[in-house]
Amino acid sequence: MARVQLREIAHARSGDKGDCSNIGLIALRPEHYEVMVREVTAERVKEHFRELCRGRVERFELPNLHALNFLLYEALDGGGTVSLRTDAQGKTFSAALLRMKIEI
Amino acid sequence: MGNYSFMIRIANAQGFWGDSLEAPIEQLRGGPIDYLTLDYLAEVTMSILQKQFARDPLAGYARDFPQMIERGAKEIVERGVKVVANAGGVNPETCGAAVGAALGRAGYKGRLKIGVVTGDNILSRLDDLMARGIELRNMDTGEALESIQSRVRSANVYLGAFPIAEALGAGAQIVVTGRCSDVALSLGPSIHEFGWKRDDWDLLAAGVVGGHVVECGAQATGGNCQVDWETIPDLAGIGYPILEAEPDGRFAITKHPDTGGRVTVAGVTEQLVYEIGDPRAYITPDVIADFTTIQLEQVGKDRVRFWGVQGRPATEFYKVSISYSAGFKAAGTMTYGWPDAVKKARAADRILRTRLERLGLKFAAIHSEYVGANACHGDLLSGEPSPDIAEVTLRVGVRGDDAAAVERFTREIAPLALNGPPVVTYPSGGKPKVEEVVAYWPALIPKSEVTARVTVKEG
Repeated sequence: MARVQLREIAHARSGDKGDCSNIGLIALRPEHYEVMVREVTAERVKEHFRELCRGRVERFELPNLHALNFLLYEALDGGGTVSLRTDAQGKTFSAALLRMKIEI
Repeated sequence: MGNYSFMIRIANAQGFWGDSLEAPIEQLRGGPIDYLTLDYLAEVTMSILQKQFARDPLAGYARDFPQMIERGAKEIVERGVKVVANAGGVNPETCGAAVGAALGRAGYKGRLKIGVVTGDNILSRLDDLMARGIELRNMDTGEALESIQSRVRSANVYLGAFPIAEALGAGAQIVVTGRCSDVALSLGPSIHEFGWKRDDWDLLAAGVVGGHVVECGAQATGGNCQVDWETIPDLAGIGYPILEAEPDGRFAITKHPDTGGRVTVAGVTEQLVYEIGDPRAYITPDVIADFTTIQLEQVGKDRVRFWGVQGRPATEFYKVSISYSAGFKAAGTMTYGWPDAVKKARAADRILRTRLERLGLKFAAIHSEYVGANACHGDLLSGEPSPDIAEVTLRVGVRGDDAAAVERFTREIAPLALNGPPVVTYPSGGKPKVEEVVAYWPALIPKSEVTARVTVKEG
């Protein structure tokens, strides 16, 4: 077992709907998908984003794309047009998730 | 290119209003295409256009669009390229007339038909709808619309793709819509060309997936792509996406030859998972697409092929996007230099907040961040910044209902240059601007309450 940053095995893109951020997380190689499913749980993502996300985190699986989709509720300081943040739409949340440490 | 029985090439050239002005022209000139689609309407755009329309009844649409038509008129008319755009904003009829005038200026008066889709704008009907028990509750919070009704700025239904197909069927070569689903712009042409029916759920879902891949322009062709981004060729000359749609719902994503960027499974997959919710239920006005059924494969350089997409019946509702005024905000910046740049910026933030408090100014929110250290990911993820970083920018924003308080805040930033911590510089251009905050209220409306209208006229 080795502890690595998620970016070693995955890439991502994030977007917004209102005050909800979506982060699509994609395995760089198909065999990494099972590791993502095991390691990157909704609970761990909520813990990882606890400073930025005030609501719950929901996870969906897309095994056909070797991808997971996360919804982070109440994560954008009120939403794109209301937020006072530089990253009002959570465009860099994708990379923030890739900082997470996982076991492989 | 594959053994396709019949295929149409749908080129997207605008992912939002403000996207490249050159992309539409390059899509027209870079190779054969059948359709050009342009998405101009972000949520914030509708409230801006509604404000412009209130001041000037001949405004309220994307003025870039008629200008683009004038520049591209030769290719559009002489090669028969059809154009579909949601450039109509809150004034699609006037936008359609402006397109006609643009064609006239380019020397093509009366050469082709222009279709206009309306019926999405329900701003003037809100009282009537509420009186008849259509509550338009906030989909996220469940709140009733009454609480913000007096502050509503715009209210538009996301229409589907069938009105666009109807306009094309009536001979329109350029179709202008108001608010419709982003994917409708490319799904409409497939419905028209292939005769897809309202209950062809799998075919419609395939069209939705194809539309979703291309709707954000170059995000499908190597733009904003995390995988090997440094090796993606010629981003300066990036090609925008082309959807090669087939009657049986299979399709490919590609781009014109000899353009920059890259079309790969990794890149289009990033776009597939962009701004989706439950992947088994991607809800559009026309169909519910199941993204867990998508199959895709790299079949050549800059070419990814899709198949297997399944869909389920559409719901009985349209989504409505309502925008409303939600107070005011402003943000100001000061940049602090080495050494101890972050420490100085944090001290400046404390001083500023103390002064705001002594002035008795009340805000719904004050937010401070240190651009260069933790602005995007917060302290928790970014870690403690080094005392040796060359500089950091303190950025403080406030938001509240009291415009005067927000205005007063904007006068408290610049004085820090002389009366706060040292080694400080600041942007020229004066004090920060106070902006009205426009917030969004997503709601549902029964489809029976909405009638899309299609008109087709000689340009």
